[in-house]
Amino acid sequence: MRGQPIDQFATTLPPDKRASVYQSTKATHEKRTKLLFDQFADPNRLRELAGEIKQHALENLDTYLPQVEARLRANGAQVHWASTAEAACEAVLKIMQARGASRMVKAKTMVSEEIELAHFLERHGIEALETDLGEFIVQIDHDHPSHIVRPIIHKNRREIATSFEREGLGAYNDDPATITRRARQYLRHKYLAADVGLTGANFVSAESGRLVVVTNEGNSRFCLAATKCHIALIGIEKIVPRDRDLAILLNLLARSGTAQELTVYTEFITGPKAAAQPDGPEEMHVIFVDNGRTEVLAGDCREILRCIRCGACLNVCPVYRQVSGHAYRSVYPGPVGAVLSPLLLGEKFPQKADLPKASSLCGACNEVCPVNIPIPDLLLRLRHRAKEEHVPSPGSPPMGAWALLASQPAAWRAALAGGKLLNYVPTKLIPVPALQAWAATRSLPEWRGGEFRKWMKQRRTKGRRD
Amino acid sequence: MNDDREAILARVRGALAPLRERAPMPQYDTDLAVMRKLIAGRDLVELFSERIKRVNGLAFTDVAALVEYLRTGGWTRGYCDPALWPRLAPHFAQGFTVETEFDRARVDDYAFGITRAAGAIAESGTIVLNDATTSRRLGALAPWVHVAVVERATIFSDLPQAVAELGDDRNVIWCTGPSKTADVEGILIEGVHGPGAQIALIV
Repeated sequence: MRGQPIDQFATTLPPDKRASVYQSTKATHEKRTKLLFDQFADPNRLRELAGEIKQHALENLDTYLPQVEARLRANGAQVHWASTAEAACEAVLKIMQARGASRMVKAKTMVSEEIELAHFLERHGIEALETDLGEFIVQIDHDHPSHIVRPIIHKNRREIATSFEREGLGAYNDDPATITRRARQYLRHKYLAADVGLTGANFVSAESGRLVVVTNEGNSRFCLAATKCHIALIGIEKIVPRDRDLAILLNLLARSGTAQELTVYTEFITGPKAAAQPDGPEEMHVIFVDNGRTEVLAGDCREILRCIRCGACLNVCPVYRQVSGHAYRSVYPGPVGAVLSPLLLGEKFPQKADLPKASSLCGACNEVCPVNIPIPDLLLRLRHRAKEEHVPSPGSPPMGAWALLASQPAAWRAALAGGKLLNYVPTKLIPVPALQAWAATRSLPEWRGGEFRKWMKQRRTKGRRD
Repeated sequence: MNDDREAILARVRGALAPLRERAPMPQYDTDLAVMRKLIAGRDLVELFSERIKRVNGLAFTDVAALVEYLRTGGWTRGYCDPALWPRLAPHFAQGFTVETEFDRARVDDYAFGITRAAGAIAESGTIVLNDATTSRRLGALAPWVHVAVVERATIFSDLPQAVAELGDDRNVIWCTGPSKTADVEGILIEGVHGPGAQIALIV
């Protein structure tokens, strides 16, 4: 069957996976709504405000980035900068090599997925172990995450149990509690044996240089309790101006992402551990990563950089719910990914220019976004850009014929009358491939072309009589 | 690396230069982010105890009850902050083995860890730990049961207040209930890497 790449993927998705992605995203979304609206006087204002805070931070990054760098240095952290994915990977490797370190435990960070850090380090003989349960399973399966917050939303317990058995983590057992216990036992000794702990950051306060890292599992805390060196890999868009802004954003993040009031662990880090504290990193490195972000900042879709990676837009999206994450062929799936993934490609934008079209523009993603990103508007801007850049669009219905009709009233009237034939001729016989593809899974409503014009005419005559 | 610094900052300046005006910093009252209805007029100890239960944690105000809880659960071996132990030891009678040194080579030997909290947040049922107050990061994380000793006077009412009081400790961590995951088929499992039981002992 023809169609957009995302449609082609969707047809290969097994029905049970589609059903489980659909159900769990829907359940999280509904719980989120209840939690926000029961508890706060004005949750919509809270979202708008969070958006304004992040927009302000983005549009003043020229002030905030040097400010945060100075704060971090004063707090005893070393600050590095990386323009590209390669530079970021190299920076991590250099820090590891300088310490003679060969074992890293990693907390979940989207930017490390983006730059494919674990693969890079493994090629250089460094063990880079994912410690978030979902990411750990993705890693042992050589798979890819399919959701920003829930990386293995596409896997069931039987598949996971099989993977654990294959990896020597015990005989086949698909009880989720047993799976989790086995990971606990295996990973805690890995943390304790590791040289370096790597995390991302959900927010960085320019005022204090405070990094905020949130997890539910406590894996990032274990990385920072067991190892002696902390590397934080951070996209330059994670800055917020002041500490007090964190209360607003933290209140929204967990509610939007997982329908919790607060994540279990919310860690505020300003530097290496205190001297009197026996556990934790004595050395701390912060790597600020660009990797296409400054180009996004220069363009007309910079609002997407407000994103706090909560995944609420994935959970509410009628397209994501049907196609799941891998259909987006990107680290960032769903509505946010349909905007961000093609943008981060820079010159290679055409490779993913189809993603902004995989949307009905229903607007739900904007309504749930904790930082109020106008995702539908951005999708339209990217569709426009694809047109301007003459990106070919195989599988899209040709609009030329429609444009011709719509610009000539007589031809339009004739087409309206002729369209009645559609009520009698089966769509299969109409030789337009795009229409056939469209109609293969849908049925056309009865043709009522011309009714609106008739109604308008009557209304006008009636108006004159009154 | 320094080249990258200059290049990134130059690109940021270049990207922002054409903006005719920059988005202003919004003026707001952090009260917007407080569950007012929930906390209005409430006693903070009572509210905190109620809220920590909602996130599957527990609060005790009586040491004897805590000891009984540990005994019933079969958690008889553990770690305790040396500064707390003299006060708690009389309550831990026979049958308990408590160490005041945490040996990371025997991480699985500790069924519980007792540490001092720097505070708590009533609104969210959160325990606040920091490097200055909490004797060992691992002692509060690796054992199955974590008991944080919270002093009444250190309970904040809400998140904005707790953020305002973060202070200058290098590391502050908010713990809200037991470590958990829903990665496998969306089913909630507690005690992933950290404690399966998150407990506050209010003194």
